[in-house]
Amino acid sequence: MKKNIGQNIVKHKIRFDLEIIASIIRNNSKVLDIGCGDGELLQYLNINNNSDARGIELSSSLVSQCLAKGLSVIQGDAENDLSYYPDNSFDYAILSHTIQATHRPDQIIEEMLRVANCAIISMPNFAHINNRLHLLVNGTMPVNETIPFQWYETPNIHFCSINDFKNLCRKLNLNIKREIFLTEKKIIRSKLYANLFARYAIFVVVKNELGANYEFEFANKALANPKRLLV
Amino acid sequence: MKVKSSFGASYTEYEVGDIVMLAKDKPLKLLNGASIENFPLAYQTYGKLNKDKSNAILICHALTGDQYVASKNPVTNKEGWWSSMVGANKPIDTNKFFVICSNVIGGCMGSFGPKSIDVKTNKPYGISFPFITIHDMVNAQNLLIQELGIDKLHAVIGGSAGGMQVLSWALLYPHKINIAIPIATSYRHSPQNIAFHEVGRQAIMADSNFCSGDYIIHKKFPSKGLAVARMTAHITYLSEKSLQKKFGRNLQDKESLSFHFQPDFQVESYLHHQGYSFVERFDPNSYLYITKAVDYFDLEADGGSRLANVFGKSEVNKNLKFYVISFSDDWLFPVSESRKLVSTLNSCNINVSSIEIESGAGHDSFLIGNNVLENAIIGAISYL
Repeated sequence: MKKNIGQNIVKHKIRFDLEIIASIIRNNSKVLDIGCGDGELLQYLNINNNSDARGIELSSSLVSQCLAKGLSVIQGDAENDLSYYPDNSFDYAILSHTIQATHRPDQIIEEMLRVANCAIISMPNFAHINNRLHLLVNGTMPVNETIPFQWYETPNIHFCSINDFKNLCRKLNLNIKREIFLTEKKIIRSKLYANLFARYAIFVVVKNELGANYEFEFANKALANPKRLLV
Repeated sequence: MKVKSSFGASYTEYEVGDIVMLAKDKPLKLLNGASIENFPLAYQTYGKLNKDKSNAILICHALTGDQYVASKNPVTNKEGWWSSMVGANKPIDTNKFFVICSNVIGGCMGSFGPKSIDVKTNKPYGISFPFITIHDMVNAQNLLIQELGIDKLHAVIGGSAGGMQVLSWALLYPHKINIAIPIATSYRHSPQNIAFHEVGRQAIMADSNFCSGDYIIHKKFPSKGLAVARMTAHITYLSEKSLQKKFGRNLQDKESLSFHFQPDFQVESYLHHQGYSFVERFDPNSYLYITKAVDYFDLEADGGSRLANVFGKSEVNKNLKFYVISFSDDWLFPVSESRKLVSTLNSCNINVSSIEIESGAGHDSFLIGNNVLENAIIGAISYL
């Protein structure tokens, strides 16, 4: 497969956070992208990482776009359909900007770590300073580029902050192997104030019993545009 | 020998195109225990087989379909039943692919079926024809593929009963196919579907012209029974919404209710037309045998009541890719059955894709031009 898939895509720039996720994933691995959208990350992984990347997507029209690109995607719901995959059938399970829209984020994370050795989860940080100020000053729920919905129509039913997520991982006895904090376009180096200044976070999570050495397995590839790293 | 030569001009003989005799050296053993040998299979091909014979796609037709998938049907004079999908510059592009479609065994368009002449009696088999199954149909297709010198099919594609054949291919010959695309189908025929089939069969057999299946010998034809069978089945191919949209309660060629038992409503006329045009092209015994084969299809039972046993244990090639396609308002093969198939394939670690296409034409949606379906199939067969 792979090489044939849309040569036009090779030059194509993928969303910054997806690019970071792709940079974490080792070549030749098995990847499940949960909520894969139009297949942007899957296609990138197939071409650049030589991965066996598959997806789950709820929206029929997005699945249609994925299939038209020759990607392996099932139309399904992360909360129901993940349960059908056998244990440890993937190296990585990815959940990108979706966890806040699930009914039980804790169960999703545990399911991800059942089907895959490693979960990569990206999420918007609800505790960003702008959101805090918006609520403090206006007294209304924040609406901005990161969270573009009004409270009554938002699919995001379980917003959490970076600290909330870390607390959950602690409670579930999970080991956060890597945490990357982002503004729209840049990586924030300082972890101290991440919960205040990061728009998004990407967490790489494994089960605690997988041991301390597991992180050496992660790829550490250069990003296409390293300038963006300089924060 | 053709039926017409034995029974004279009153019997309609169909033009059936290419025929190949199969199982000449080694009989084909059927699932019911009988063996058949030196039997005919009628088929059509489109496009050219490339040098390394890697561009062959087998299309499996549905219950009452035939080999004329993309060319004019000589019996009905209509375009092929999937000419929106198959042909030059069509989604399954015959400029790129060598497309094969054969009439199933048990059929009546030239393949070995109940109206074939039994050499022992010199009469048509009628209902002494051996019971066939979906797996038997696929075994016969496999002999055709061998005869054509093809080791591996790029894809096997089919809808409805054709989709069952696709699943059967994936189980019986996983090493011989790259891509399996079962459309609007299921891993088993549901009790409700069996019930509808049985109404059809009973209608045929209740027709006084049925003559215990020997209607050809008696120069009769159970057309009323066959028409009723078709009418019943045809309702299941549509949806309540599509009937409402197409006909509503509109009257046919009249201003007010007739207070007669002739058709008042457009939907009645439509059904009559469907029933009686079907009679022109289909053999009643074939209808009995093929519906039975579809009813017998149950991969879950094959796996000892667990579907995962079938796909998990079989040598399903890990390189084999499935694309399971279903339609939102198909109540004959509902989306829920495709979901079960997909989740089972997933649980067996098989590479599967699936899509539930928003539709308005019920089960028949797969036969009608549809961008989402076309793009999914193009995507599925264009990359490997």
